[in-house]
Amino acid sequence: MPGTPLLAAHSISLERGGRELFQDLSFEVLPGHLLQIEGPNGAGKTSLIRILTGLSRYGFDGRVSRHTALLYLGHHPAVKALLTPRENLAWHVAGEGQYSDEQIEIALAKVGLYGYEDVPSHALSAGQHRRVNLARLYLSQCPLWLLDEPFAAIDKTGVLELEALLVRHVEAGGAVVMTSHQALQVNYEIRFLNLAEGMVS
Amino acid sequence: MNPPGSLQFCARLLRRQLVLAVRRPIEIGNPLLFFAMVVALFPLGLGPAPDQLAGFAPGILWIIALLSNLLTSDAVFRSDFEDGSLEQLLLAPQPLFISVLAYIGAHWLITGLLLALVSPVFALMLNLPGSAVGTLVLTLLLGTGVLSLVGCIGAALTVGLKRGGMLISLLILPLYMPVLIFGSAAVKAAVTGVPAGPYLAILGAMLCLAIALAPLAIAAGLRISIDA
Repeated sequence: MPGTPLLAAHSISLERGGRELFQDLSFEVLPGHLLQIEGPNGAGKTSLIRILTGLSRYGFDGRVSRHTALLYLGHHPAVKALLTPRENLAWHVAGEGQYSDEQIEIALAKVGLYGYEDVPSHALSAGQHRRVNLARLYLSQCPLWLLDEPFAAIDKTGVLELEALLVRHVEAGGAVVMTSHQALQVNYEIRFLNLAEGMVS
Repeated sequence: MNPPGSLQFCARLLRRQLVLAVRRPIEIGNPLLFFAMVVALFPLGLGPAPDQLAGFAPGILWIIALLSNLLTSDAVFRSDFEDGSLEQLLLAPQPLFISVLAYIGAHWLITGLLLALVSPVFALMLNLPGSAVGTLVLTLLLGTGVLSLVGCIGAALTVGLKRGGMLISLLILPLYMPVLIFGSAAVKAAVTGVPAGPYLAILGAMLCLAIALAPLAIAAGLRISIDA
């Protein structure tokens, strides 16, 4: 159903340490939206994403209504060093579907970890940990993705592939809300939410 | 693809926690080693008179079981908190009540259950009469379940703190006391030949109560810790 919002924020205001980060922020995320949250460091981008996911439930004013399953990728990759990438995805704590070995192998191959499926994750680099985490995007069926700095520690080709994936996702009727300092190089209409101005454009 | 059901997810988490524990065997060995070391201290401190040791044995064994549980419960959620897994767990569509039971279950299996299984050896070291050993194992099986459940409440509340170790002791030791009282009383009863059934029944009731209520407190504690 196009037109029904997947996520709606109703006049959210956040104050941290006596400073108002944003005020009276209202917006809707509809299927097909690619929303990039912008703002300098400390503008409250991560705080806003955490409010949208529901991880932050107190300390802000306003209301968030979520109408669908969401996938959140935060600053921490949630990859256990003692488990292999395959186990990390198969037993992921986010409680998504049961994936077959083949699906996991394909997802790991897509993030450039072909051949690393059964290597203990402590032998992988920080960037590879982030890639294991990104493999969840290839597996997930969630329509709404909330991504906090998904490009951090990812190399150039990885960024291009990720951008292409995001576009495929929104074109297929999903929605993406992300924070990034980088400008997205995609051939798709991006909505910007500038926290300094509090406007969606 | 539909997300797995709560119980299936719980089983998956349990497996994950156990694999993680097995890959770091020191975590499993530590409480047992602690138990062995402290048991060895008592004959040195109290004097090696077998009769005297036998009298104190139920209390000694129970206090050490309690402390070794306290020692490990601090770490139940810590690594998941640090690497972001806990955030993902809170966002999972499955109820957190069931999911945290997997964490508690894994913790009990690698501390409480193992401790209960090796406790006859330690009981022997303290000259506990053979007739009471069965009761000791049974009380430890029931009691450490309560300890794990209660300990995880403390762990959930303090997981966000840099040094939660001291605070967790202050928070949960008072809640450990009823378990200690009835656990050691059951063993003492068995030593003197009085039926230990009533004490075991009370321990069982505590376990039921803890299973029903502790996950609620743990889930709320985790949400607060992640929010802060």
